[in-house]
Amino acid sequence: MKLVIESVSENEAFARTVVAAYITRLDPTLEELADVKTAVSEAVTNSIIHGYVGKKGEITVNCQIHGKEVEIEVIDQGVGIADIPKAMEPLYTTKPEWERSGMGFAFMEAFMDVLEVESEPGRGTKVVMRKEIGKEQEE
Amino acid sequence: MMLQEKKCMHYELVGNCLVIYVTDDLDHHAVTSLREYSDGLIEAGNIKHLVFDFAQVGFMDSSGIGLIMGRYKKVMFLGGRTAVTRVGDVVNRIFTLSGLYQIIEKYDTVEEALQMLQKSNRKKEGKKK
Repeated sequence: MKLVIESVSENEAFARTVVAAYITRLDPTLEELADVKTAVSEAVTNSIIHGYVGKKGEITVNCQIHGKEVEIEVIDQGVGIADIPKAMEPLYTTKPEWERSGMGFAFMEAFMDVLEVESEPGRGTKVVMRKEIGKEQEE
Repeated sequence: MMLQEKKCMHYELVGNCLVIYVTDDLDHHAVTSLREYSDGLIEAGNIKHLVFDFAQVGFMDSSGIGLIMGRYKKVMFLGGRTAVTRVGDVVNRIFTLSGLYQIIEKYDTVEEALQMLQKSNRKKEGKKK
């Protein structure tokens, strides 16, 4: 599944709802659904606020299902991240004046199994997240 | 007091407590208008404590944490407290994970929150005498 959206805040709800609909075939629990929606919302919001800094741009959301695992990519061609480990530190934010809590990456990490961030200043950012669905029912 | 309708929220003033009923999913988009509107109310004066009601909120991300913390800081300097009420499971996980419950209080109902906040008003007034 490939979804291309404009970097406007109205599309945050749209993106997470589309991804949630896409993974229903894996029969997720309500909790798993909420986890994935939160992670997608964080990634898309990051692209809008930090990647494009309020300017118009395109955000691509790619989703694939491999067995019981969903892989989600959120890609922008925004300003990129100079120091990825720093950006991923909980509570660290470059936009305290906008009341960003600095918890975006921390939530993506907490709610998904795998989080990978590829970025370079001036070349945009790609966030890859993976999560196995249905783990909890088995246990 | 009449309930005022506004996008993403409506509110109620009870004494010096401002109750904000959030009526939409709380993401970056909703937070933008909610922040502006709630700050207008807080700055209009005579508000000490805040209650955010989450009965109609099915989703929240880290933007919601930023909103609550920002408003908490605004009233904290005047000795005000911040409470959240009727928090569902999804939102509760986000609050717990973020550590927000270390600074704000959670109550089952708006009435209970108001009772606790107004009780703290009376205690302080009592001490002054």
